[in-house]
Amino acid sequence: MSNRNLISFLRVFEKDSVIESVITPIIGLVVGLLIVAIIILLEGVNPITAYQELIFGAIGTKINLFSTLLKFIPLSFTGLAVTLAYRAGVFNIGAEGQLYIGALVATWVAIKVNLPFYLPSLLALISGMIVGGFFAFIPAYLKVEKGINEVLTTILMNYVGINIVGFSVNSFLMEKGQTAPQSPLIERSAHLPIIAKLEGIHLHIGIVLVFVIAFLMYDIFWNTTWGFEIRSVSINIEASKYGGINAKKVIMIVMFVSGAIASLAGSTEVLGVQYRLMENFMTGYGYDGITVALLGGLNPLGVLAAAFFLGALRNGAYSMQIATGIPISIIYVVQALAILSIISASALYKKFLAEN
Amino acid sequence: METLLELKGITKVFGDNVANDGVNLKIFKGEIHVLLGENGAGKTTLMNCISGLYIPDQGKIFWEGKEIQVKTPQDAAKCGIGMVHQHFMLVDNLTVLENILLSGLRKRFAFLNKKQKKREVLELMRSYGLDVDLDTQIWQLPVGLRQRVEIIKVLYNDAKLIILDEPTAVLTPYETEELFKVLKFLTAQGRSVIFITHKLEEALRIGDRISVMRRGKIVHTFSSTNVDKNLLVRLMMGEEIEEIKGKKSSKVKKDKREIILEVRDLYVKNDQGTIAVKGISLEVGKGEILGIAGVAGNGQSELVEALAGLRLAIKGNVYFKNKDITNAPPRLLRDLGIVHIPEDRHKHGMIGEFSVKENFLIGSYYRYPFSKRMRLQHEYIEKYARMQIKKYNIKVSDIRMKAKYLSGGNQQKLILARELSKFPELIIAAYPTRGLDIFATKFVHEKLLEYRDKGASIIFVSSELDELMEVSDRIIVLFKGEIAGSLSAKETDKKTLGFLMAGETLLFSERK
Ligand SMILES: Nc1ncnc2c1ncn2[C@@H]1O[C@H](COP(=O)(O)OP(=O)(O)OP(=O)(O)O)[C@@H](O)[C@H]1O
Ligand SMILES: [Mg+2]
Repeated sequence: MSNRNLISFLRVFEKDSVIESVITPIIGLVVGLLIVAIIILLEGVNPITAYQELIFGAIGTKINLFSTLLKFIPLSFTGLAVTLAYRAGVFNIGAEGQLYIGALVATWVAIKVNLPFYLPSLLALISGMIVGGFFAFIPAYLKVEKGINEVLTTILMNYVGINIVGFSVNSFLMEKGQTAPQSPLIERSAHLPIIAKLEGIHLHIGIVLVFVIAFLMYDIFWNTTWGFEIRSVSINIEASKYGGINAKKVIMIVMFVSGAIASLAGSTEVLGVQYRLMENFMTGYGYDGITVALLGGLNPLGVLAAAFFLGALRNGAYSMQIATGIPISIIYVVQALAILSIISASALYKKFLAEN
Repeated sequence: METLLELKGITKVFGDNVANDGVNLKIFKGEIHVLLGENGAGKTTLMNCISGLYIPDQGKIFWEGKEIQVKTPQDAAKCGIGMVHQHFMLVDNLTVLENILLSGLRKRFAFLNKKQKKREVLELMRSYGLDVDLDTQIWQLPVGLRQRVEIIKVLYNDAKLIILDEPTAVLTPYETEELFKVLKFLTAQGRSVIFITHKLEEALRIGDRISVMRRGKIVHTFSSTNVDKNLLVRLMMGEEIEEIKGKKSSKVKKDKREIILEVRDLYVKNDQGTIAVKGISLEVGKGEILGIAGVAGNGQSELVEALAGLRLAIKGNVYFKNKDITNAPPRLLRDLGIVHIPEDRHKHGMIGEFSVKENFLIGSYYRYPFSKRMRLQHEYIEKYARMQIKKYNIKVSDIRMKAKYLSGGNQQKLILARELSKFPELIIAAYPTRGLDIFATKFVHEKLLEYRDKGASIIFVSSELDELMEVSDRIIVLFKGEIAGSLSAKETDKKTLGFLMAGETLLFSERK
């Protein structure tokens, strides 16, 4: 197991207590924003005005809040996917590829299937999950049977997934009579159910799914035998074998489910927001899932909080750019600083504990 | 006598648990100072305070008369304090040499001139008569050799005070003798040694002075010539205990001996890929305790792991009540009523990052009443954990505490409590009393005998010939992966066993 050291390093992020896992991303992001305020100041902009714009853009109006929520959904899915895999001691860096392939399969099903009552979207989501799960299963299989490091294979699979989407929307899935690399529009009957509507912005059912999965995962981790198996495997594979756990099986199943959850980030986006599949339709959400998972204390409920704040940051950054000219990319600095501040805070906290 | 180290009023508190309570202690130059005390008395914590792993809440440390601040292990190493821990602190996938070079003081540029450094280390090893292959990776070494690496590490930093936390728990009598020679050699050079042990004979023999700890305090310090075993026991516990007198033999009648476990011509490889168990055949009957003796590294670990489903047997068969269980997975063995007390508690027996409560779940989490339809039954689990903690007298302040914060002996008690509470038919116990104080050891011996009398079969691996002879019905001696002798525990003696362990064939041994 070559990832032992990485795992024990990442343990500084692990928060089993819900309160801690929800507070940590807040503290991290506040520290990040405070430091970035200095950069903004150096740019000649008043950071208070900039941040007012940021907050306004994120949650200032109902519409802004809706679009923040629409970012929150896929970030949560990928964050949950990474968290699940991590809790079994596996690094799923492949959420990006899994969500691309999931979106592709979901689009294809949604276009081809003609059934009443939201059945096409349900079928589309499920097919996307199966293929996304399979996409994650391959690295897991190679890890447990051939000893190949999953960090490498999941990253490689990302390119595979992204390029298959690129190829598809340029060939069999390309809209007829068009030259842009995109699929035809998905029929109304195959859209995800909408739970709220506001001037053209639709909030789809995916948000409910996010909460269901997060709470389910939390419950499974700490209240079921599965969760016990998963967590044992990540911390001490030898002891879990001794205790009668089939570690290989656990790792393969968990990765399959992780891939399935990641696929939902892509398929719900296509079926609930964009209504067609385009090349590079949501770049980076898979990798952002790692940030979300770490900020959220690798705890499913913390992930929800972290995904919301990152979504808000993203969304607010547009308004900030328009109003003050501070580039959107500054939020990546905030994210990185948030992660770093959590690492240092945890180290300081440990030192504090040791001395007292 | 010149004082090397003096502790004044050292106090260390964890939550509401006072691990050290105003400890005063003087260590002289050139002495071996033994520290005794029951499990959880605070011995390891005190040593961690000296060696910079913990910072005491109160108290002062004086080194050669001057007050010093030890905030990190590096600080301690700089003064000349080195510690060999109860749980070794080696990097598994580095070589012996790399581990030695990595330690403490001479770390900088350590890898620039590896060849020369290697010569240095070899020279050092020769001067103390300590031998290990420097190019092997740590994970491939048996426990006894890992300890040797730790000692070399400390000596490489030129420590004036060497702290050894239960060093002999993992050693065979022969290795212990070797260690004692090294320690005598060190003190003759004017170095001092603090030596923690649970073995009283050893304490009396090796120690110049002995301190007894109880509930975080040092209750008394003696010169070892002025004290006897009984007094030490009384001080440790505040009461006297009787020894197990005589060998109670099995109550299960021998004429209709029912074979529970049968091993036929078993071959098992070790981690390095060489064959460690070479065609062993043995039988354990119902209500019998089969002791396994041998110098560490002669195949005991591999044999036990193969029987417990943790290591593949490459040839041969294992039968449990006539059912072939060769290479069956641990889960199946557990369900058949076979429990295993593993040799390496950190690798197999427990998950340090899990709470004490969750550690009680290992191996039975999937069974009713621990879980019901996949759901963990927290209420029952907590009740069960509390019950076992009380029964085995485990020192825990809160069952939600991570198990790695238990004292060494209390971790072992947790594993014993958990495994023995499963109504086993076959108990495979590898060094079950390792790290236990004399009271707990006695308790475990009694438990094993009790289970035997109830009809359980027991395989009992130990490096302590005394306890092997006391508890076992029969003893086999392993040498280089083969059975060097099989003896009735009643009729054998330490000398015979010692001969067999050293690989000498005995003319008069009753070989089977
Ligand atoms: N880091 C820690 N956090 C919380 N409690 C601790 C910690 N370290 C030690 N303790 C507690 O302090 C007490 C003393 O433990 P210590 O390890 O010093 O005992 P010990 O005398 O070495 O026992 P043993 O013979 O079993 O090794 C125990 O109750 C233990 O649980
Ligand atoms: Mg100890």
